[in-house]
Amino acid sequence: MAGRIKPITAVAVIFFVGSAVAPLFVASWATLFALILAKGVVVLGIVVLLQAGQVSFGHAMFFASGAYTAAFWGKYIGTGDILLYLALGGITSTVFGLIVGLFVVRYRGIFFGMLNLAFSMVLWSLLEKMFSYTNGADGIRVARPGLLGLSFTPENFQYVILYTSLLIAVTSFYGVQRYLDSPLGHMLRAMKSNETRLEYLGMSARRVLLIGYVISALLGGIGGALVSIIQQIATPEFGFWTKSGEFVFIAILGGGAHAFGAFAGAAMFECVRFYAAAHLADSWQLILGVVLIAIILYAPNGLIGLRQRYGQSKQGGR
Amino acid sequence: MNSTLAILAVLDGISYAALVFLVSVGLSLIFGVLRVVNVAHGSLYAFGAYLAATFSLAIVQVSPWLTYPALLAASIVIGAVCGGFIERFLLRPLYGRDDVLQLLITFAAFMIMDNLQRVIWGVQPIFAAEPLKLLPNISVFGVNYTSYQVILLPGVALATLFGLRYFLRKTLAGAVILAVTEDREASTAIGIDAQRVYSITFMIGASLAALGGALASPTTSLVPGMGADMIVLSFAVAATAGLGQIEGTALTALMIGLTRAFVIYLQPEFEVLVPYLLMVLVLLVRPFGLFGTVQVRKI
Repeated sequence: MAGRIKPITAVAVIFFVGSAVAPLFVASWATLFALILAKGVVVLGIVVLLQAGQVSFGHAMFFASGAYTAAFWGKYIGTGDILLYLALGGITSTVFGLIVGLFVVRYRGIFFGMLNLAFSMVLWSLLEKMFSYTNGADGIRVARPGLLGLSFTPENFQYVILYTSLLIAVTSFYGVQRYLDSPLGHMLRAMKSNETRLEYLGMSARRVLLIGYVISALLGGIGGALVSIIQQIATPEFGFWTKSGEFVFIAILGGGAHAFGAFAGAAMFECVRFYAAAHLADSWQLILGVVLIAIILYAPNGLIGLRQRYGQSKQGGR
Repeated sequence: MNSTLAILAVLDGISYAALVFLVSVGLSLIFGVLRVVNVAHGSLYAFGAYLAATFSLAIVQVSPWLTYPALLAASIVIGAVCGGFIERFLLRPLYGRDDVLQLLITFAAFMIMDNLQRVIWGVQPIFAAEPLKLLPNISVFGVNYTSYQVILLPGVALATLFGLRYFLRKTLAGAVILAVTEDREASTAIGIDAQRVYSITFMIGASLAALGGALASPTTSLVPGMGADMIVLSFAVAATAGLGQIEGTALTALMIGLTRAFVIYLQPEFEVLVPYLLMVLVLLVRPFGLFGTVQVRKI
């Protein structure tokens, strides 16, 4: 970290500046970029867990819990504020993540993934079937909230939410970077390479993983609250297993080795969906599936791994 | 709840369990041998159902009795063609690599097949109930039920259960599969083509998923999303039983089928919750499943 700016950091800075400036020229990009940044925040959580070599196939439950927190507030309590929604969404998912985490961190690999999936499907079926509270499959509309007491027209609002997302994304990106560079983050990585040795050093692997898990749940909840505000709706589909799969997909697409992979993947994913949906009607899923296969077979380190493949070999895989 | 409803619930549960068993046991078999969680399994189920409906709607003009072989043909075609394709071109390059990548590439296959299904068969529900209507209704303790659902479906499920057991434990081909599962390197050293074993096992597993779909097609309308629902359900059953446990899968399918059927009559809104709640409860206590052992026994 001695003074030299790493190329990947430079790319990240360019990306964040680009997402701040570009939508000023093309208005339809504001929502697109806001969605990319919000999804990127969620996927950051997946990347954190990937450092420990664990894949959660149920992370959509935190995404949904964040989104539904915002939706329930609007439905039962009244007008909201973006910051309030984000704070509440974050708190709900953190608590939820802590509870679920206490159970799931005892398991590794396929069992970790399975238990996560099981929990998320329980949440999904509750959201889908508790019709009187959640409106079932229709979901709950999230009315456009204000920010710090100000209210906005739809035209201005898309920029407000864009810059809020950007702020959250940059903060989480920086925070996750710091976390992964800290001793705790290194312990998380040590779990992937050799968990037994980590225990021999006197650390509790479960505790290390639990901290990582709660952080990733928090990111999932904040991202979920953001997406529900951007799309102005929360539906049970937010917590369905395909959503979890999508997040893991985005993480692998971008590259799970570095925090920026989350945003690189989200950008590619949402752009393909945005443009394929516009031009090829009903085949964006097909295209994304083919892209995913190509990435897995030919560039398993994701988009940001491509640079490393053709660039110099860097130490530590970062 | 009176006795008529109870009998109805039991019959519902049995016929549902039979279908779920067929799909889950395919998933379990694939995991037991290849160590891959096949996310595309639900799509194979959906493709089996749609192709079976297409076949039987086409052949019903010739003779309605030909719809039964049509169902079987559809499942074998899907198992061999789609299953073979997925194994050969997607999974084979990834053996020995990260588990996550193997799982994700089947997720990619799921996305593609889900999309193709909408392109090929559209989004309107499809009905092909001929095989169901052809067999007479029977009376079980005074309750009328279709014999397709209470005799044919459980019959096929039981035949599959015992057939798989016999195949794996009593035949040479089964012994070869078990050998590869136990120790791939050693079995390759004595001249077994492990690649081929993987291929064939995957096709069998895929055919079972498609068979489940084909047999389900007369009993329900075919809609987009049926694959995505089925994969988590069959996964819940297979995981609750313990991945790779064939007999365990049958018992778990029966347990979940019956519980679900009773819940439908008593508290319908919790119907979808049942399998997942059971899965959570079982996995919390026994992460290797009800019938799995700590060193997960393979098949």
